[in-house]
Amino acid sequence: MLSFLSRRLFVAFCVCVTVSALSFALMFLSGDPAIAIAGAGGRAEDAEAIRIAYGFDRPLIVQYLDWIGSAVTGDLGQSIYFNLPVTEIIGNRVGVTLTLGFISFLVALAVAVPLGIAAALRPNGWIDRIALIIAVSGQAIPSFWLGLMAIVVFGVWYGMVPISGAESWQGFILPVIVLSYYAVPELMRITRSGMIDVLATDYVRAARAKGLPMHLVISRHALRNAVLPLVSLAAVQLGQLLSGSIVIESVFALNGLGRLAWESLLRSDLPVVQAIILVLSLLYVLLTTCADILNAVLDPRLRGAT
Amino acid sequence: MTEATMETTRPSAWRKMLGNTGVMIGGTLLAVIVAIAVLAPVLAPHDPLAQDLTRRLLPPFWHDRAVPEHILGTDHLGRDYLSRMIHGARVSLGVGLGVILVSGAIGITLGLLAGYFGGWIDMVISFAITTRLSLPIVLVALAAVALGGASLTTLITVLGLLLWDRFAVVTRAAAQGLRHQEFIMGLRAIGASRARILFLEILPNMRATILVVVSLEVANVILLEAALSFLGLGVRPPTPSWGLMIAEGRDNILFDPWLIALPGSALCLLVLAVNLFGDGLRDITGPARK
Repeated sequence: MLSFLSRRLFVAFCVCVTVSALSFALMFLSGDPAIAIAGAGGRAEDAEAIRIAYGFDRPLIVQYLDWIGSAVTGDLGQSIYFNLPVTEIIGNRVGVTLTLGFISFLVALAVAVPLGIAAALRPNGWIDRIALIIAVSGQAIPSFWLGLMAIVVFGVWYGMVPISGAESWQGFILPVIVLSYYAVPELMRITRSGMIDVLATDYVRAARAKGLPMHLVISRHALRNAVLPLVSLAAVQLGQLLSGSIVIESVFALNGLGRLAWESLLRSDLPVVQAIILVLSLLYVLLTTCADILNAVLDPRLRGAT
Repeated sequence: MTEATMETTRPSAWRKMLGNTGVMIGGTLLAVIVAIAVLAPVLAPHDPLAQDLTRRLLPPFWHDRAVPEHILGTDHLGRDYLSRMIHGARVSLGVGLGVILVSGAIGITLGLLAGYFGGWIDMVISFAITTRLSLPIVLVALAAVALGGASLTTLITVLGLLLWDRFAVVTRAAAQGLRHQEFIMGLRAIGASRARILFLEILPNMRATILVVVSLEVANVILLEAALSFLGLGVRPPTPSWGLMIAEGRDNILFDPWLIALPGSALCLLVLAVNLFGDGLRDITGPARK
């Protein structure tokens, strides 16, 4: 277990370093970040002043080490637009994204797991077919469009929910429904196929043969083993919900991280964009690493494999 | 012997395709949309960029105020909506194809190398895949397009450089399965070059798998392009892109919801067609789905 743990953590560390280098490098994609910050109408002297003020005249590796060095201590630089520490700005906005992401994740799980189990109990039954329709439509409908149409129907036509913003909890209803809709199909599919595998095993047959009621067979024996692939996927899905809410946040005018990133991009506030990419990537690495470790705890066989 | 097998396998593959509802419906729908995209200049009744500010926001045919020469109405600048929808198919399919060419070339090459050689090459490439998966894709794509200068070429390059992961994962697994097969061993024994084995022997053996990934990824790219254009950092105005049209129609969402309903439906239809086609292909070629 210890060697598995150390190996897994080493890989995670390497990914973190690479990801941080990539999000740092992104700033230089435009060629000269000083010109990007000065804007299209900026004069050459402005760009030069910015270059010195932000230290862009130093060697790249020095700039990176400087940036990552302060990032480790929680200092992600200054926002150019707000002239405030990036950490503070992100701190103010991260709550909305986390709330939206976690609630959508819980809703998606609460829908997907029972549906997946029901579909596995009767393959090709009517629940299975409904599940398939949800999955196929979920893959084809663009999330931002579904969000807009939901606003038109439930916000404008019926006036059931606020059209935008998150001043009250009702503002979260539509975004959560739309966002979780996209996490359901995959979670459901993996629950279903995991359950079908487990239900065909000898120990499930034995449990049923000794007369155990079906709900106990599922809750005590089958689900625990079927849940293994679900753990990895759930971590990936949660990561995608958090980073993918950028579109949903802008549709529903929620002031979360995604919307902040988008607005910062439009006003060339690169330090904020960089920091958000870094934070979201690290969050994803954290989630998937935890899922791997959790899986190794649940199933000792996995500890040997890389 | 070989001729006999060819004669028996080829028609059966076609028969399988004709017998699969997904492939048939998806394929037909896709063919129609491709035809519309190719013939766009002929089919479109108006110039998709021609503005007429005296005829702004005319409703589509089911409204009383509809005008016969604009069947699907006009947008906020008086441009013919049907013509923009038709030309929008070009953008969606063009970006989809362009990105797949880039991402497929990168992903398939990496996957082949990792799967065939194993060892440290595999470790490095697997690490690259893990790293790529941890990046928030929409955000990185947005930032890269914004900083790299927004144009169709930048958009295709950026998405192509980002979306190779699924190609790499799938070809890697397939190459691992193939590398110990007898015919590959035989080729190595007679001294065939590595490049020959990789690209002329292993690659053709996984074309069915790759085709399935292509269809999944085309759908993915089309949705991503629409999302980026919707956020104003993908296809630039006045080019008609369905995602951009939804963004432009958003301001009039209260009174003219059809402005977003139409391009959105077109997007759904296209992605559905690609998905049905791809899922059908997977059912035919791959092992039975659970």
